[in-house]
Amino acid sequence: MTQANTPLEYRSQQSQMNILGFWIFLGAEIVLFSTLFASYFVLEHNTAGGPAGHDIFILKDVLIETFLLLTSSFTAGLAIHFMRNNAKNDMIVWTIVTLLLGAGFLYMEINEFIHYVHEGATIQTSGFTAGFFTLLGTHGAHVTFGIIWISLLLVQIFRRGITEKTSSKFFIASLYWHFLDVVWIFIFTFVYLKGMVG
Amino acid sequence: MKAIKRGVLLLTLLAIPLILAGCDSKLIVFDPKGPIARSLTDLIVYSIIFMLVIVVVVFVLFGYIVWKYRAKPGDGNFEPKEEKGNHVLEIIWFVIPIIIVIALMVPTVKTIYEVEDVPQGYEEEEPLVIHVTSADWKWIFSYPDQDIETVNYVNIPADHPVQFKMTSAGTMQSFWVPELAGQKYTMANMQTKLYMVADMPGSYYGRNTNFNGQGYAHMEFEVQAMTNEDFNEWVQEVKNTANDLTEEEYAELLEPTIIGRKTYNQTHLQWIDHAHGGSEKYLNPEMYRITHGDEEHSEEENTDNESEDEQADIETEEEATDSVSHEEHAHH
Amino acid sequence: MSLDEFFVTGDPMILASQIAIGLTMVGLIALITYLKKWKWLWTEWFTTVDHKKIGIMYILAGVLMFFRGGVDGLLMKAQTSRPELGFLDAQHYDEIFTTHGVIMILFMAMPMLIGIMNVVVPLQIGARDVAFPKLNALSFWLFFAGAMLFNVSFVIGGSPDAGWTSYFPLAGKEFTPGVGNNYYAIALQIAGIGTLATGINFVVTIIKMRAPGMSWMKMPIFTWTSLVTSIIIVAAFPIFTVALAYMSLDRLFGTHFFTVAAGGDPMLWLNLFWLWGHPEVYIVVLPAFGMFSEVIATFARKNLYGYKSMVFAVAGIAFLSMLVWVHHFYTMGNSAAVNSIFSLTTMMIAIPTGVKIFNWLFTLRKGRIEFSTSMLWALAFIPCFTIGGVTGVMLAMAAADYQYHNTMFLVAHFHYVLIPGVVFAVFAALYYWWPKMFGFKLNEKIGKWHFWLFVIGFNFTFMPMFFVGLDGMSRRMYTYSESTGWGAWLGFSAVGSLIMAAGFAALCYNIYWSFRYASRDVGSDPWNGRTLEWATASPAPHYNFAVVPEVEKLDDFWYKKKEGKLGLKKSDLKSVHMPSNSWTPVFLGVAFGIVGFFLVFEWFTLAIISSVLIVIGLVANSFDYDDGYHIPVDELEKEEREWRGELK
Repeated sequence: MTQANTPLEYRSQQSQMNILGFWIFLGAEIVLFSTLFASYFVLEHNTAGGPAGHDIFILKDVLIETFLLLTSSFTAGLAIHFMRNNAKNDMIVWTIVTLLLGAGFLYMEINEFIHYVHEGATIQTSGFTAGFFTLLGTHGAHVTFGIIWISLLLVQIFRRGITEKTSSKFFIASLYWHFLDVVWIFIFTFVYLKGMVG
Repeated sequence: MKAIKRGVLLLTLLAIPLILAGCDSKLIVFDPKGPIARSLTDLIVYSIIFMLVIVVVVFVLFGYIVWKYRAKPGDGNFEPKEEKGNHVLEIIWFVIPIIIVIALMVPTVKTIYEVEDVPQGYEEEEPLVIHVTSADWKWIFSYPDQDIETVNYVNIPADHPVQFKMTSAGTMQSFWVPELAGQKYTMANMQTKLYMVADMPGSYYGRNTNFNGQGYAHMEFEVQAMTNEDFNEWVQEVKNTANDLTEEEYAELLEPTIIGRKTYNQTHLQWIDHAHGGSEKYLNPEMYRITHGDEEHSEEENTDNESEDEQADIETEEEATDSVSHEEHAHH
Repeated sequence: MSLDEFFVTGDPMILASQIAIGLTMVGLIALITYLKKWKWLWTEWFTTVDHKKIGIMYILAGVLMFFRGGVDGLLMKAQTSRPELGFLDAQHYDEIFTTHGVIMILFMAMPMLIGIMNVVVPLQIGARDVAFPKLNALSFWLFFAGAMLFNVSFVIGGSPDAGWTSYFPLAGKEFTPGVGNNYYAIALQIAGIGTLATGINFVVTIIKMRAPGMSWMKMPIFTWTSLVTSIIIVAAFPIFTVALAYMSLDRLFGTHFFTVAAGGDPMLWLNLFWLWGHPEVYIVVLPAFGMFSEVIATFARKNLYGYKSMVFAVAGIAFLSMLVWVHHFYTMGNSAAVNSIFSLTTMMIAIPTGVKIFNWLFTLRKGRIEFSTSMLWALAFIPCFTIGGVTGVMLAMAAADYQYHNTMFLVAHFHYVLIPGVVFAVFAALYYWWPKMFGFKLNEKIGKWHFWLFVIGFNFTFMPMFFVGLDGMSRRMYTYSESTGWGAWLGFSAVGSLIMAAGFAALCYNIYWSFRYASRDVGSDPWNGRTLEWATASPAPHYNFAVVPEVEKLDDFWYKKKEGKLGLKKSDLKSVHMPSNSWTPVFLGVAFGIVGFFLVFEWFTLAIISSVLIVIGLVANSFDYDDGYHIPVDELEKEEREWRGELK
């Protein structure tokens, strides 16, 4: 189990279980987001006199958000790459870049929400806005949680270096980060693009 | 242990007359009074026959096996043989339920489609349309063609198809007339449809089966089927004698109360059809507030919005008792 | 909010409960202090990560909740025992049937089954603990926090009163403005997160921690059912999480997910609820099937008949359970085609279930059936559950359901499924695995009183409900008029419920009696069992197995026992790695409870401030690099000698 060619994060039995457990957790997350999406589709046209998606969405901002988050997923991948090469400093640098991109995404998203509220679309306006803000908000809350989590791991990596334990923790966090990226692609396609068209 | 067994025997003996008492008069679901309910009952009886066979087979097999293979003092070190299973047997009891499911499915689907339509033999007749609006905790029936409205009772011509177009002014209810038609939900912003035919004039029991708050248990209504002439006469009488329904009175009607029967000229459909939204304007959460505290306290709390009488009034008013015409079928 | 509104006042029964709860709490605290047991409680129980102790705490909580839910049930039976009784008013009755349902399903059945899974599964697969022991403790404490939060509702603020299904629009703020249904949304959310974590934990445990040689088809059937249940938990609970989040948003923040106004859709709640709710039924029933299978095989002295088809049947039921949710609302005005399809999928569940019934019967056939109390429960299950099953098929027929829906017939049906299916199983399992948990058996004689009283009471209570249902009585009616003629049926049913309660009392007495007087000399394998949990001492040592057993076939332990191949070689002993206790799970449980309580009352500032506690718990957990500890060989040797005698 401890062959040299096994990545560090997979070496101990406990790490393997942690990673498998996290994959199963991501399965539960997929169910969670599927439910959020399905509910959003049910409520999408129930605007109750309030604004609809195509009245308020600003594609430019959303594209910037998409760019930020997709890039952050790439830099998170780079961080893992350097982790595997045992290059602690490079890993830390790319993780910080990832976090900054994530924070940029959050900043844009919060701005976007403030804009919608000024347009008269609060979470209480209609079935549509409730579904919309909850789906987006859940994703945004996940990103926030991810930023805090990865920051804490960064401290641990900084203090303890790249070990069997820290690497498996960090690997799991990166899985989470990529997952949020995938969810965002669905949001971008099925909420924004679809909303702009219809 | 003996004492327990004796107790069981005694209680079983006590149970027998009770069960018999239940059987000498028919349970309401087995006593249909119209073609739609009859097709439901036929399906139920058909399924019960299958179920009884299954129950008997399993019980007999179970009793036989448990008795025959019980551990006996003389068994000594007898060790039963291990059995992995038997493909033929396992396939048999896999296939038998499939056959039963198919046997049940065919009439089920047939009946599902049947009850969603005007029953056989009545296709030629134009159904009488009645709008049902359920509110907390009463049933409102509107006759758009006759332009009259009733509360907590509905009169229909016997031997004639009736179509109910149902909705709710707030919470979800379920409209159930077991002797005539089965049940369906009533929901705000939605319209559900239910057909009904009564063979004969008579009075039939109807109630809400979907829990909707404090007045739920009392949310009953009566379906009175009458001859065509009687029905027309009744409509005329209502038109001549009943008061006009005002919007104000209608709003009051929608407050959460238990009331008796009412009859009006004109229908509320002129202002609102709850199937198409707008119910929220009649809703007032304050009327649903429950005060767990003592009465004095709740009065004191509510003096500023003078809502003592707006409080969900669950006292059954005197009228309400006669809206419950269960006597008619209470033949047991 | 005034104090009067905070505490529920005005009802003498509730006042009595408040006083009783207060006195019990003070008494308990005084007793623990007097006995100087706080440290023991903290180190042995509150901070434990041992799956067996966590399991025992689950079971204890389950018994407690059974009592609470049972009292609710008795009050309902008392109120409806005669026509037009004024024992409970409508509001009180509504609250009681709501809490009865929620508590029995989520706070009784779930912890009982998860508790038994906790105790048994790692032992059955030859593991030292679950995959994530600390997460396991967190699951328990979240469940417990949710359960306690839900239970205080009836004395503080008022209970939920929209039924255990909490159908909207009724459960919305417009129609139930008090805090009652906030309790429902928040408490179930907290407990639900714990359950989801349990699901993940057991999937990984069973996939990754089986003893060497235990391939999929050599796994004990109870482990199989636990695995399938855990998978359903992972697949279904997130749906409930979302539904409850929407409910909380609607009630606390005025959104319009399920409202009548502003484009909300109450039917969305119904769909989401039952998308979770129907699988939930199988979450509780499948492990119960596993328990019966173990008990029946053991006391028939035979292997389980058709093991493979049993496994496929469980998997099939799990799959179908996701495809039947619409049968809970055939009467919602669905198209005839939709109703037909869901009738079919629902009836198809009868096929694998029928396979299971016949496999059990054929396990018994040609066996040597011993009527231990545990076996009696398993035997009684077969006929009782058959009644539940066939009435289930009747309800599955959408057209016929137009006459059964929401009536007492339905209530009778699901009690005939859940009580034989779950409660009997839990009792069978408790009698069966009790020695493994505590090192002594429950008394068989009192056990038989418990059995007969409960089973007879159960049938007397619920059989009449089929008939009143067919006679037009809908569920959840707090009263009915004399002229309905239902009085005799329901009076009889009420008597039955008292007999059932006597049965439960017999169980409690049995636990007390056996704890005091039962022989402690039961050996490691008191029932002549077939699976690995019987290969270690009773009660099982905290490290479970001194040496992880190796497995060659199904029921490996049984064959090794016959061939005399058991026993421990001294030379095989190696030091055992164990996880350390942790304070974070119980801390987080308390933190979630506090935040939840503030959210229920919509005291948002306090909720935000106290959620710092949750952050502290999570951060502390993230920085916790405790690697556990090792049990040295000589200590293992000493413990093993105590029950094995000399080692080889």
